[in-house]
Amino acid sequence: MKQRAEQKDPFVRIAKRASIASGKAWGIRAVAFLGALLTGALLLLILGHNPLNIYGEMARGAFGGAMYLKETARTAVPLLISAIGIAFAFKMQFWNIGAEGQILVGGIAASAVAIYYDAQFAAWAAETGSALPKIALLVLMFLAAFVAGGLYGVIPALFKSKWGTNETLFTLMLNYIALQYVKFLTYQPAWKMAGTSFPKIRMFDPIATLPKVLGVHIGWIFALLLVVLAYFYLTRTKHGYEIAVVGESTNTARYAGINVSKVYLRTMFLSGALSGFAGYLICSGADGTLTESTAGGIGFTAITVAWLAKMNPFAMLIVAIFIAALDRGAGFQSASGVPESCAEVLVGIILFFMLGCEFFINYKLVFRGKEVAA
Amino acid sequence: MSIDFISLFVAAVLAGTPLLLGTLGEILTEKSGHLNLGVEGMMFMGAIASIAASWAYEQMAKNAGFAASGFLSVLIALLAAFGAGAFGALVYSFLTVTLRANQNVTGLTLTIFGTGLANFCGELLGKSAGGFVTVSKVTKAAFAQLDLLGLKESTSPVLQTISRLFFQYNWMVYFAIAIALILAWFFKRTRVGLNLRAVGESPATADAAGINVTRYKYIATVIGGGICGMGGMYMSMVNQSGVWVHNCVAGYGWLAVALVIFSTWSPLRGLICGLIFGAFTIMRLYVNIPGLAMQIYDMLPYAATILVLIVTSIRQSREHAQPKSCGTNYFREER
Amino acid sequence: MEQIQYAVQMRNIRKTFGKVVANNNVSLSLRKGEILALLGENGSGKTTLMNMLAGIYYPDHGEILIDGKEVIIRSPKEAFDLGIGMIHQHFKLVDVLTAAENIVLGLPGGIQLNRREAAGHIREISAKYGFQIDPDKKIYNMAVSEKQTVEIVKVLYRGADILILDEPTAVLTPQETQKLFDVLRAMKADGKSIIIITHKLHEVLDVSDRVAILRKGEYIGTVETAQATQQSLTEAMVGRSISLAIERPEVDEKEELLRVQGLTCINAEGVAAVRDVSFTAYGGEILGIAGVAGSGQKELCEAIAGLYHVKSGSIEFKTGAGFENIVGAKPDEIFKKGISLAFVPEDRLGMGLVGSLDMVDNMLIRSYKNNKGPLVDRKTAKKVCDELIESLEIVTPGTSTPVRRLSGGNVQKVLLGREIHYNPKVLMVSYPVRGLDINSSFKIYDLLNGQKKKGVAVIFVGEDLDVLMEISDRILVLCGGVLTGIVDPRNVTKEDVGLLMVHTGGEKEAGK
Repeated sequence: MKQRAEQKDPFVRIAKRASIASGKAWGIRAVAFLGALLTGALLLLILGHNPLNIYGEMARGAFGGAMYLKETARTAVPLLISAIGIAFAFKMQFWNIGAEGQILVGGIAASAVAIYYDAQFAAWAAETGSALPKIALLVLMFLAAFVAGGLYGVIPALFKSKWGTNETLFTLMLNYIALQYVKFLTYQPAWKMAGTSFPKIRMFDPIATLPKVLGVHIGWIFALLLVVLAYFYLTRTKHGYEIAVVGESTNTARYAGINVSKVYLRTMFLSGALSGFAGYLICSGADGTLTESTAGGIGFTAITVAWLAKMNPFAMLIVAIFIAALDRGAGFQSASGVPESCAEVLVGIILFFMLGCEFFINYKLVFRGKEVAA
Repeated sequence: MSIDFISLFVAAVLAGTPLLLGTLGEILTEKSGHLNLGVEGMMFMGAIASIAASWAYEQMAKNAGFAASGFLSVLIALLAAFGAGAFGALVYSFLTVTLRANQNVTGLTLTIFGTGLANFCGELLGKSAGGFVTVSKVTKAAFAQLDLLGLKESTSPVLQTISRLFFQYNWMVYFAIAIALILAWFFKRTRVGLNLRAVGESPATADAAGINVTRYKYIATVIGGGICGMGGMYMSMVNQSGVWVHNCVAGYGWLAVALVIFSTWSPLRGLICGLIFGAFTIMRLYVNIPGLAMQIYDMLPYAATILVLIVTSIRQSREHAQPKSCGTNYFREER
Repeated sequence: MEQIQYAVQMRNIRKTFGKVVANNNVSLSLRKGEILALLGENGSGKTTLMNMLAGIYYPDHGEILIDGKEVIIRSPKEAFDLGIGMIHQHFKLVDVLTAAENIVLGLPGGIQLNRREAAGHIREISAKYGFQIDPDKKIYNMAVSEKQTVEIVKVLYRGADILILDEPTAVLTPQETQKLFDVLRAMKADGKSIIIITHKLHEVLDVSDRVAILRKGEYIGTVETAQATQQSLTEAMVGRSISLAIERPEVDEKEELLRVQGLTCINAEGVAAVRDVSFTAYGGEILGIAGVAGSGQKELCEAIAGLYHVKSGSIEFKTGAGFENIVGAKPDEIFKKGISLAFVPEDRLGMGLVGSLDMVDNMLIRSYKNNKGPLVDRKTAKKVCDELIESLEIVTPGTSTPVRRLSGGNVQKVLLGREIHYNPKVLMVSYPVRGLDINSSFKIYDLLNGQKKKGVAVIFVGEDLDVLMEISDRILVLCGGVLTGIVDPRNVTKEDVGLLMVHTGGEKEAGK
């Protein structure tokens, strides 16, 4: 009998953990993070660089001084806001990977308002000398971006709730349609920068750019505010509750009297709208115009931010700053001879390790002979 | 307005080939039930690996004082491209199959990683090659137009045209078509192909029928990644003539993901749809419809793909749809 | 006398799942070339026993002999290699593949799949046993009976000599059932040994040579079919009534609360899950619903709760203004009117509760819309939780622990406690004591009796006839979605109810 029992047991078996102490979970994450840094170091070493130097330089490039800090913050803001938007959808198990496109559409809408009306508003401001026109224009741009991003998010939700159309692939495709439209706009006479044959949209009048607070455009204040608001929305409101129930089981949602389609549409509007808002901040805050690289992969990176933070807005704040720091740190590096793309490589490696380590948090390996009392 | 259909067709074939390779790799991957959004990353990895390998071989030949062989150089490049793509896919499958990580997020991470790694290595290589890296004439020549039937100089204009339409591409075009045919045969006619389809549709059923689901997933994903890597090789070796250009894959990986949907997960339809997508990407140079901006043409492949997605979901088409288990990881019920 | 040869012998098999004993010391033997019916109520351990033969479960104790030799079966593949094939209740087929492709799936052989050869072999098998099957037809185009045929051919194609069919007739029409039985007889004539799990008595009498009976995980015995009658089998299956001493308080005032008339519901496969059912539920009584699994109990309750589409018929509920038809109303509206459904599915969570949410959030499933404003009122819900923990003695580390981590009894208390808290007028509970030990069960019975005394109409879907007989004021019996009778358990025997549970559809055969 004994021999038979042994034959039946595989060498190693995977068992789901009932629970894990949060200290241990963070321990596992810390080990994974170190593992990622080591792997990155090894790769740098193979490619003929001194990893310690590079890591040190990167830290300096991200945090070593006010200028660097500002750059890091500027990168983190849209990343964070977009990640929050994505988290809304992901919590509902709606795989919105269209943040990239929603950012662009928000940027397009905000830019349209700026391009067509900034002159009038500037004239009005010059006439009255008050701050009102600037505020009005900025609010208008915000509304346009918010609504446009939201509607762009609603499209796949509409098809999903009506026909079950695959939202992953749908939102993915919408990204490129938005990108092509931006490219299209760069050639339009009304949008083009004057005096150059290069396809480029003109800069906004300063009246259409966001004011700065502590050296960074005001968006960072909104981003921090949003972290708190999103946390509140997801955990304290009826809408947030509905999102959680729909995400867990659409059957239970029906039992509770929740209109699943309505929750899909509403939440995807917000999800897209937040990314649209991020697009507005990039155009009006950071760049002062709309370009092909306005989204520049932020929408994709934001997905990993949301996922790593397990849809918790406060955790997203930390992860977003961290990834922005890597990005900026490497940008600083390029001056000292290491390519900027080094950041992407490191971000990739760290993400790989973080994704992998979740397994060891959720499951444990039981080796043969070491049967743990269940 | 006249349209040079022959030139359009030839250009579409050339532009469609890297898409076709990426698509075939992704079809193979998705048939095992894994949506790998890292196609762009794997193509990037293949693109840089092929150039780097060729270049390294040529340098070695130069240093050792023998003449580099074009054939060998290409073979090394091809293996390197396949290996690089397969390596990316291996990381992906380790994370998603063994460690059960989310497929979407892992795929996106692979794209971030692969894009970064390729550009990173490209810049480093460029530096050590003194400015920019490029393969030698011998290797470039190996990607030249062929003349399969020797009809290029034919006196008959009809034969000449036929030759130009079908028999005068570089070898990678025929290579990609061959892979498509092999894959079609594999899915349709072989036992292993049938088993793989079952794994992608219903891993639990496959498991019950005694199929090793994990092994199938790994092998399909890794080979699929390798094929994507070869698509990347086309981008750097043919489209950019063996010169490393920053960001040279430029979204073709994503276009390949779209093409998988557009060709409804069939390698044979992929052949035709690859041609259509190829045409979409270059049509603006050949067909000028007044009032329709060039950039709108570039939107067409994606819009067409969305249309296919919607139509198949409305018709609840079961066969022309994504393999059912795509996106969800399989693990046997824990008892 | 000729020596009897056994295809399968299972000796002293024991299998437990956690604390629940599914099979206790069961011994069973299958002779070569016979059809053995395995009979038992729901939860008697039939499927578990057979799954051990098919390599899906592994016994805790006991031995299995195939053709007289002791064997170890660790996986379905090893079962196949021993010539054992099981046709499960839930088919394992790939929708987009053809019948032939499904049949040869996973088999060794040359690189290329020779479809013609496979189809030829399939036709050969079909002709031999009288199947009708089109090897090139896709599974998604098939009716349920065709899918079942594919499953059977799949097993035969792999050369199985021992076939196990788990409730194969549950999804078939009487005509299809007859066809299946003809096939089984043909296979038997060919020397195959067959076990058929069922609880339809007339089928047992019709097709089997011997009948083995399980009751509550225990082996009762094996009898020759020729010497059995419906009466004797029912008795063996349900057993003599054991007194559980469950209270049945008398309530004098009974008020008509719910009238169901001619209710018909169609399931996803287009078959009537509930067919023309009419009954009335009174406040101050417990109406038991009896029936073998899948007889339409779930669909009936869900239809009343507004969760299942009603094709025709009416459900009238008494409100202040008189009776009101609630068909078509939304689930939460129906709940607000006072009709509550606490459904405990096999995994205990499922529809009524969300496992990953904590107790407070699970309370909110019913109440989050109650307060005004955009915020959820967790404070009230928390108070309800504390009250329930106190009054129902729910054991939990705290109200913020995900309910998935609670034990089965406590999960059920959370669910029932929540439903009762909102003072329903009609309380539907289904399998409320599933998987619970005696003490927890009695706690639940007390709860239900308390509701009854308060004037609530309790509808109790149960799987244990003994319990239903003692706690119910009336028992409504369903069979195949059809109401076969409403009886007073004080005046009838358990066997009477048992016969109602299995009798319909059988009259025709029973009469011949």
